[in-house]
Amino acid sequence: MTAETVVFVIFALAALAGALTMVTARNPVYSAMGLLTTMFSIAVFFVLNDAHFVAAVHVLIYAGAVMTLFLFVIMLIGVDKAEDIRESIPFQRPMAVVLGAGLFVLVLVAGRASWVTGTRAVEEGGALGTIENVADELFGVWLLPFEATVLLLTIAAVGTIALAQFLDKPRELAAAREAEIAPGHEDEERAE
Amino acid sequence: MTGWETLLTAAIKVAVAFALLLSLTIVLVWFERKIVADMQNRLGPTRAGPYGMLQTVADGVKLLFKESVTPRRVEFALYIAAPIAALVPALLIFLVIPIGRPFTLGDRVIDLAGTDLNVAVLYVLALSSLAVYAVVLAGWSSGSKYPLLGAVRASAQMISYEAAMGLALVPVILFTGTTSIRAIVDAQAGEFLSFLGIWNIVLVPSFLIFFIAGVAETNRAPFDLVEAESEIVGGYHTEYSGFRFALFFLAEYINIFNISALTTTLFLGGWHGPTFGAPEWLAWVFPIVWFFVKTVALVFVFVWIRASLPRMRYDQLMQFGWKRLIPLTLVWIILSTVAIGFRRFGAPWG
Repeated sequence: MTAETVVFVIFALAALAGALTMVTARNPVYSAMGLLTTMFSIAVFFVLNDAHFVAAVHVLIYAGAVMTLFLFVIMLIGVDKAEDIRESIPFQRPMAVVLGAGLFVLVLVAGRASWVTGTRAVEEGGALGTIENVADELFGVWLLPFEATVLLLTIAAVGTIALAQFLDKPRELAAAREAEIAPGHEDEERAE
Repeated sequence: MTGWETLLTAAIKVAVAFALLLSLTIVLVWFERKIVADMQNRLGPTRAGPYGMLQTVADGVKLLFKESVTPRRVEFALYIAAPIAALVPALLIFLVIPIGRPFTLGDRVIDLAGTDLNVAVLYVLALSSLAVYAVVLAGWSSGSKYPLLGAVRASAQMISYEAAMGLALVPVILFTGTTSIRAIVDAQAGEFLSFLGIWNIVLVPSFLIFFIAGVAETNRAPFDLVEAESEIVGGYHTEYSGFRFALFFLAEYINIFNISALTTTLFLGGWHGPTFGAPEWLAWVFPIVWFFVKTVALVFVFVWIRASLPRMRYDQLMQFGWKRLIPLTLVWIILSTVAIGFRRFGAPWG
């Protein structure tokens, strides 16, 4: 058994344990910690595959920024409140099983076939070039999709600010909330 | 080099780094107390050892032997995990900082750094972004209101200043063309008296913003709202005592040293400096001395700021971060990118 296998097994178990904690924990803070463990373990997998750049960015963005914001929100809204856990989507459980099985098959296919993942970075120039490789691909081959993504994110950010700005008067907020709750409202009927 | 030799070298490096950081903390706490005392016309510690140098050791021993009180309403697992989560990133960051020239032992070249990564700068940013968990978890798991307030403040503050910190490093990476810390240090090598033109400190705005954000990231005055005694008692560590409190304290001082060492490495030429034509067997000492001289000078600035500036108000902190520091960084990135583009590719009309 190589050192790589040992590290993989340890962090694979950690990732699974984290994922289980994430869905089973009663307390949202422990759920967040479980998700954090999983993300961290995935970063280790990236390192094992010589994708150091992706690993660092993964920790920086998901563990460093996203999960911190999750925790921030959990603390601000208070964690002691009992959450509404009624299942509003019919067939939720069978659907989850089918989708989960589908994902599992997809992962198996992706792991086996190189037409999904492309060749390994190491075979194309080694770990030393991960940043350069990513940059070449992003700003060379995939420039247009990349710029489109940038545009999409900008639109999302502007939209968020617009929502916060246009609705900052308490009266408007109250009105908006009433409109959401009001029975027999058009939008809600359509949504259902 | 065989696998075992690599493992042994790594183990020795980690052990040395650990011992170095712990002993440095002892010195730094004494250093800070003496400097602040001087600035406030006091004597500071005088009793334990010469010039009170053993005061920190005495404090450390006291903390070790004190009872670790656990309040009844804590979430125990996270309450215990928080001090560890504070210390681990602090120790890991130091491992990528080179503290001296690589030296040759037999036929092998040994770096005076734990390791070098091709993404070292990102690694540092990623780990320093993990430091916030210690504060947040400590605050939440204490089950008490002041720590929770401290934790909420901390998460907002650290996310804000992390952005400025990362953005301030973009011009440095573009300027040197690498994210490996060793390569960044190498890019700043130069002759004595012409060295100022070569150090990355020519990127003055980056240097200032990085250092300011560093002060905020370590939750030091004037950004120490996280543990503002006059408002929220001890902030996130209110409910900690004994050894667990000591771990938070240790992490804070290691982080101060780390930020100073990083600023030295990224902007002040790292271990580079004149060797005054010393013979080869002596020349390897100078880089280590230079590194520590520069770093301690920056630690002094940390202490100086703490002794001089009053604590900011919370809204001032957020305004300063988001409305001054980050826009300034963005403008600076655009300017420096244009300048670096000129330098590398020439004028577009030329």
